[in-house]
Amino acid sequence: MTTTVLPRVNYLNHEHGVASWLLTKDHKRIGILYLIVVAVAFFLGAIFAAGVRMELTTPQGDLVSADTYNKLFTAHGVMMVFFVLIPVVPAILGNFAMPLMIGAKDVAFPKLNLLSWYVFVIGFLFTIAALIFGGVDTGWTFYTPYSSTASNSNVMLTGLGVFIAGFSSILTGLNFMVTIHRMRAPGMTWFRLPLFVWAIYATALVQVLGTPVVAITVLMMALERALGFGIFDPRLGGDPVLFQHLFWFYSHPAVYIMILPPMGAISEVIACFSRKNVFGYSFVAFSSLAIAVFGFLVWAHHLFVAGISPYSAMVFSFLSFAVAIPSAVKTFNWTATLYQGAIWWRAPMMWVFGFIGLFLIGGLTGLFLASLGLDVHLHDTYFVVAHFHYIMVGGAIMGFLAGLHFWWPKMTGRMYSDGAATLSALLVFVGFNLTFGPQFILGYLGMPRRYHVYPDEYQVLNVLSSAGTSILGVGYTLTAVYLIYSLFRGERAGANPWLATGLEWNNTDSPPLPHNFSDLPVVSEGAYEYSKRGMKVA
Amino acid sequence: MPNGAAAHADHHGHHAHHPALQHHFESLEQQHEASTLGMWVFLVTEVMFFGGLLMAYLLYRVWYPGAWAEASLALDIVLGGINTAVLIASSFTMAMAVRAAQTGRHQHTVRWLILTMALGLTFLVIKYFEYAHKFELREVPGPDFEWHGQFPYQAQIFFSLYFGLTGLHALHMIIGVTLLAVITWMAAKGRFTPEWYTPVEMSGLYWHFVDIVWIFLFPLLYLVDRAHGVAQVGV
Ligand SMILES: [Cu+2]
Repeated sequence: MTTTVLPRVNYLNHEHGVASWLLTKDHKRIGILYLIVVAVAFFLGAIFAAGVRMELTTPQGDLVSADTYNKLFTAHGVMMVFFVLIPVVPAILGNFAMPLMIGAKDVAFPKLNLLSWYVFVIGFLFTIAALIFGGVDTGWTFYTPYSSTASNSNVMLTGLGVFIAGFSSILTGLNFMVTIHRMRAPGMTWFRLPLFVWAIYATALVQVLGTPVVAITVLMMALERALGFGIFDPRLGGDPVLFQHLFWFYSHPAVYIMILPPMGAISEVIACFSRKNVFGYSFVAFSSLAIAVFGFLVWAHHLFVAGISPYSAMVFSFLSFAVAIPSAVKTFNWTATLYQGAIWWRAPMMWVFGFIGLFLIGGLTGLFLASLGLDVHLHDTYFVVAHFHYIMVGGAIMGFLAGLHFWWPKMTGRMYSDGAATLSALLVFVGFNLTFGPQFILGYLGMPRRYHVYPDEYQVLNVLSSAGTSILGVGYTLTAVYLIYSLFRGERAGANPWLATGLEWNNTDSPPLPHNFSDLPVVSEGAYEYSKRGMKVA
Repeated sequence: MPNGAAAHADHHGHHAHHPALQHHFESLEQQHEASTLGMWVFLVTEVMFFGGLLMAYLLYRVWYPGAWAEASLALDIVLGGINTAVLIASSFTMAMAVRAAQTGRHQHTVRWLILTMALGLTFLVIKYFEYAHKFELREVPGPDFEWHGQFPYQAQIFFSLYFGLTGLHALHMIIGVTLLAVITWMAAKGRFTPEWYTPVEMSGLYWHFVDIVWIFLFPLLYLVDRAHGVAQVGV
């Protein structure tokens, strides 16, 4: 097979050279730029996780010192939360697909979009520098006094990295919000928008309203650390719990920055591979907004044992339960979409099935933690670790991979091996459950998080968990291998390999044209008119 | 809805485009609407940014009313008051600059903008003297902080928030003056027309926002229990 050159002018081949990428204002290329940086961050974060799991195969602290262990899990958390989970779907898939899906030539502010990427990279480099100069040991949450008086590691540099990267997220959210309001093609009404766009919109709300608060909080923490102002220091009249309130005011809603966009991608894939309209379109659309709004009212469920009043704890417990409603609306509606659908067993759908199962477990165990009495027992144990990994990795990363496998032919113009992709979805699913399933039990039995030694009776479950990690690692590596291979040897995709609805599939080539469409699309139907396309697919 | 979009589906329209129209917009109107919405969303993020500090302010003011009254009295109400007047005046001159740009009077636009910048710089100079005085008195939080009142720790928190809030505000003023310098230069070059003066209007929105922040900060920081405090001190 010869290395074929894609014949038509597209966004990948109309300009060449590094400068044409580093100075691009094209949303599609910027999406690819994010993909590269996020992939590096994911790789680093995974290495740190491997370090943590290796240490925990034995009860003794025999591989690394306690200090190094602290730095390992902090590096893992900081890298994965701020440089993978926050940008992974909005900045990669949102950038690439959203303007195409609404029929726009670009986002509203293309230069600002490129600036966001540079801001992100600068924040990333500061964080990398902090790791090179010896790491940071506060945990990704930067709680005072761990971050103010009790640490002599690179808190400032890491804080600066996170602070800077936050502005990238704010600017992306702003840009997308304006784009969705002002750049839709003629006929693209709000209720014809693909659900991915609704999800991106809801996410943008959280990015815009929440991220500035964590930025100022990290700034206050840095000033406290440098100058000893006393704002968070009880010896000087300050209140460390205030830091936790401000931090979680962003960081709980940030969970929805991580999970809403993958949920949007899931809706796209599930409709396409069930050959059906998404059941209860408007419910799914509004549940995204409801999650974004409720998400701002539940932050103190992280503070149940931090000494907040029982009455406020009751209110926050109740509201945390309330978030389960819109989340359940989504899950039920996806299931109802599958019901009597003509299910097409292709790779993107495998990741969707993984997502639904894992998100369900992650979501339901969240209710355990939202219960006041149970949280006293489970707080800061491995149960919490397992819960949020089911949401963040089982949900967000699985959802991202579903979306990536769905749009990959559009992004690159190439098909990957469906068999290899199915196998890797299966490996990740099995590896993931083996890694984090035992952690629920460990947490229930009382193993605290963030300790590098533990009593002997926890060893069996810890070994299982570490073994699962290696399967997970194989699964992700396989994904990287066949996707990269497809860039060079993959079959040509054609404009619409999935026979999907949507402007990105029907109104432009794969890869898309430099300015997206040769003629401005005019929309005259809803997002998922699969019934008009027939059920039979190749 | 993108208003202009329906007007001509063919993006290689047959009429000449305005030089300021970017390729991905269908019309100047759409471009203007996008900028305006973007600016408002940006200002919302700014509100949240100040919001974190104001939350801390609220908590400690409720906890430490005595310290707040005591520390607030140490701020110079005359300089603060003058600055408030200066900023209100600058909001007026800024509004006049936008009006002049809208009606296509370049000379007036430039003059009003220069006046606005002058008022902004006046504010910053006065603020500089206020800060310098605080440094002299060692009323700046940190290792050298000195306080002879009843509540030294709590007063330090007050001054942390005072410097945090006013410092952040002053930073916004510096950015604002810089922004206006660029806009003035563009106005002098005759870049703006009644059809397109979006940058003037957006800078105006930003400038008014920064003014309004000060309108909140002045009473929150300078006027805590002032009437009561004056009676107590017996001035
Ligand atoms: Cu939470």
